[in-house]
Amino acid sequence: MTTSKATTSANTFGGIGGNLPRPDGTLKVRGEFAYSSDLWLEDMLWGATLRSPHVRARILGIDLTEAIAMPGVHAVLTHDDVPGEKHYGLDRRDQPVLAVDQVRYQGEAVAIVAADHPETARRAAKAIKVSYEPLPPVVDPAWALDPASPPIHPGGNVVRRQPVRTGVFLDGPGAPPADVVVVGEYEVGMQDQAFLGPESGLAVPAEDGGVDLYIATQWLHVDRDQLAPCLGLPPELVRLTLAGVGGAFGAREDLSMQVHACMLALRTGRPVKIVYDRQESFFGHVHRHPARMRYEHGADADGRLVYVKAEILLDGGAYCSSSLAVVGNAASLGAGPYEVPNIHIDAYGVYTNNPPCGAMRGFGAVQACFGYESQMDRLAAACGLSPVEIRIRNAVSEGSRIATGQLVDTPAPLAEMLAELAAMPMPDLPAERPGPDLRDLPGGVSQTTRGEGVRHGVGYAVGLKNICYSEGFDDYSTARVRVELLGGKPHVLVHTAAAEVGQGLVTVLAQIARTELGVANVTVAPADTRVGSAGSSSASRQSYMTGGAVRAACAAVRDRLAAHGPAESLTEILALTGPIEETREYRHRPTFPMDPFTGQGDSHTQLALCVHRAVVAVDVELGLVKTVELAAVQDVGRILNPIALEGQIHGASAQGLGLALMEEIQMEGGRVLNPSFTDYLIPTILDMPPMRLSILEHPDPHAPYGLRGAGEPATLSSTPAIVAAVRNATGLELPRVPIRPEHIALT
Amino acid sequence: MNDDEDLSAPVTMEMRLSVNGIGYPITVDTRETLLDTLRERLDLTGAKKGCDHGQCGACTVLVDGRRVTSCLTLTVALDDREITTVEGLADGSVPHPLQTAFVRHDALQCGYCTPGQLCSAVGMLAEARAGWPSIVTADGGSVDARLDEAEIRERMSGNLCRCGAYVNIVAAIAEVAR
Ligand code: FES
Ligand code: FES
Repeated sequence: MTTSKATTSANTFGGIGGNLPRPDGTLKVRGEFAYSSDLWLEDMLWGATLRSPHVRARILGIDLTEAIAMPGVHAVLTHDDVPGEKHYGLDRRDQPVLAVDQVRYQGEAVAIVAADHPETARRAAKAIKVSYEPLPPVVDPAWALDPASPPIHPGGNVVRRQPVRTGVFLDGPGAPPADVVVVGEYEVGMQDQAFLGPESGLAVPAEDGGVDLYIATQWLHVDRDQLAPCLGLPPELVRLTLAGVGGAFGAREDLSMQVHACMLALRTGRPVKIVYDRQESFFGHVHRHPARMRYEHGADADGRLVYVKAEILLDGGAYCSSSLAVVGNAASLGAGPYEVPNIHIDAYGVYTNNPPCGAMRGFGAVQACFGYESQMDRLAAACGLSPVEIRIRNAVSEGSRIATGQLVDTPAPLAEMLAELAAMPMPDLPAERPGPDLRDLPGGVSQTTRGEGVRHGVGYAVGLKNICYSEGFDDYSTARVRVELLGGKPHVLVHTAAAEVGQGLVTVLAQIARTELGVANVTVAPADTRVGSAGSSSASRQSYMTGGAVRAACAAVRDRLAAHGPAESLTEILALTGPIEETREYRHRPTFPMDPFTGQGDSHTQLALCVHRAVVAVDVELGLVKTVELAAVQDVGRILNPIALEGQIHGASAQGLGLALMEEIQMEGGRVLNPSFTDYLIPTILDMPPMRLSILEHPDPHAPYGLRGAGEPATLSSTPAIVAAVRNATGLELPRVPIRPEHIALT
Repeated sequence: MNDDEDLSAPVTMEMRLSVNGIGYPITVDTRETLLDTLRERLDLTGAKKGCDHGQCGACTVLVDGRRVTSCLTLTVALDDREITTVEGLADGSVPHPLQTAFVRHDALQCGYCTPGQLCSAVGMLAEARAGWPSIVTADGGSVDARLDEAEIRERMSGNLCRCGAYVNIVAAIAEVAR
């Protein structure tokens, strides 16, 4: 159920604002959409990867003899065979293509094989003999902060430390006087993106000595720019085409099998396909940074914040990946969307021998949000205010400044959103002792009681997320738009390198082209590297950035058409001119680095808000939680496609629910204990409750159509709202997510 | 048993596999799963491999109209059975009502779970029509196969959707169930 104060009216021919169906939806429901794992060439080989069983070890030797001798095996490669640069990475080139002289986490790739059958490749990989000398690992991120911990990379284990200091804290750590002080320590477990379509791709050697890679990824160009140096090839000889992507959520920002497949293809002269299975997928991509946080909030007697102090420690695991940006987000957004005169935050990212952590939906902001929102509830209780009231009292609005000193110079209607959320009707709650309908009980049909121990609770939370890339990054996207007559009718072709990962971008790009050019017939070409970079399908940025680029390219086309005078119809003009094509790059307002000592600076280009209310039923004897309803209010500036937008909010809320109640990669001494869907649980259709949505449109004048990125914000507030509801039902502190049954039942 | 016999050598069998109304005479390794046969041998890549362990439902197909996870089904056991995959749901160029409803309700994002969701929903609707109770409906003592949203959730809980398109999946199925 959705209400929206939409000002947008859908135009009649499929422009922005309408519930246009996905152009790829028909193929997807017919089973004909080609995902990367579906690709096939007659003469292709299959690749497999040998991974380290050790958390940290020196490699003493690798014996390939037996593997190479196996019938059907075409190549067995190690770091010695990497043609170019032996390391890659998004921000720091610290990750080896194949382990060189040591392994730094369990599951690190050591050698690769190509064979004529996937089973042969797998068995050959097993036949490789590696002799290791295990070393004592660093798995406690707090120890990694200690300069005495053994360095995992040269330069020590602190990847980034970002302080934020405002108000009195510019002069020192002493907190100003406050009537009420609440302190809390919180922990967030390691979440996995768990996209349903595992890592896969097909590399095809080309006659010009280059390689064509068909790949499920989030950013074709940054893959290429990491691949080409490793392959020792100029970028123009490394061509990437987006294959069907079975979900992403950040896990496809880093390379996985890309270099491996290309190396094997170039070595064997045959196409090589690599597909990870579910277990390998858990080792094949980065995860969400686990966090340990200590928060101290001081307020006056009316509940108005006087200061916030926070320490946020993020475990980046063995390689840097996106840790730099994750720390930046945690620091800059660490006080939340509140007006706070004095702020003292220290955010750290560290190297450990745990699995590498990097991008997952809402990164950095998700962890901090669990901390500051848990604190706001404590503060509300201490001040005798309701959770909604304390948040409204401290809410940012247009004209406020966030922790970095950055002015909120666009609408930020947080108080309005909270009021609207609180006014939404509550779901019909089953009675405190429900009848025989087990479906209403936590645990559902596996319930062993009649609900005697069931309590209900309600919780609220808000979240603040940056949209697009921040901290001075040159963030841009490119679009090529071509208008021509096809069969006597105007037709528009939109070509970008932006990755459709399920978010519905291809739908929205076509809608934008229709709106801008008034042409109904629009095709979005497959994404590849034959057009300029579109940047990543990350940071909720593609509608904004690639949407902005398509709009700009359409405007350039329109300018050329206008030269022919308004009297002539488009068809007449095109008949005269032939095809008209324009390519444009689009950039958002520039951002700036954070000051290394005070964290001050306009580091973000756009900020987005979401608020959630959760209603839960908790069986306090069994420790089981059922989310009865989630309600959300999000401001998106401008709705481009209502149904796709709602889907993003549903999906983001579901992943936040997973983090609150079930999802965690469990580790022991750096080893992953649960790399399967039997033991790593993600929400099912039974776990995901009905949602009530209200979507606001307060335009951001700096963004195309006034839109605000919408893919992530709901991931933030969903988790703390659900936890708050469970606390409300049980009276427990619950300082850690995910909440496990023993946190409730065994207390 | 002969001592010289190589126990690791594949055992194969000739059989006729019927998929979407087409008979395929094939030789199968007795260890081969239906999912691998469909995807690797018959070029029917609609059924997806999300886990290969029966945990996600992405590989769901219909065998004689009943839903099975094809990653846990051995092909060799399916002689004379009729298999329907997502590619066989449409009636020629006319899509199955569930396919239409999934598109209209945007009951998919990445779409990787969709073939499994669709086959599962087709099987589920048939089960309900045949008066099969779910665990829950049976609990009240009477078989009430009315497919309200809670009942649809209950009966579709074997199919994961990581994109979290559940709200719209329920809506799409409810529309067809009506
Ligand atoms: S692939 Fe068969 S259930 Fe997951
Ligand atoms: S649509 Fe992506 S997993 Fe369901």
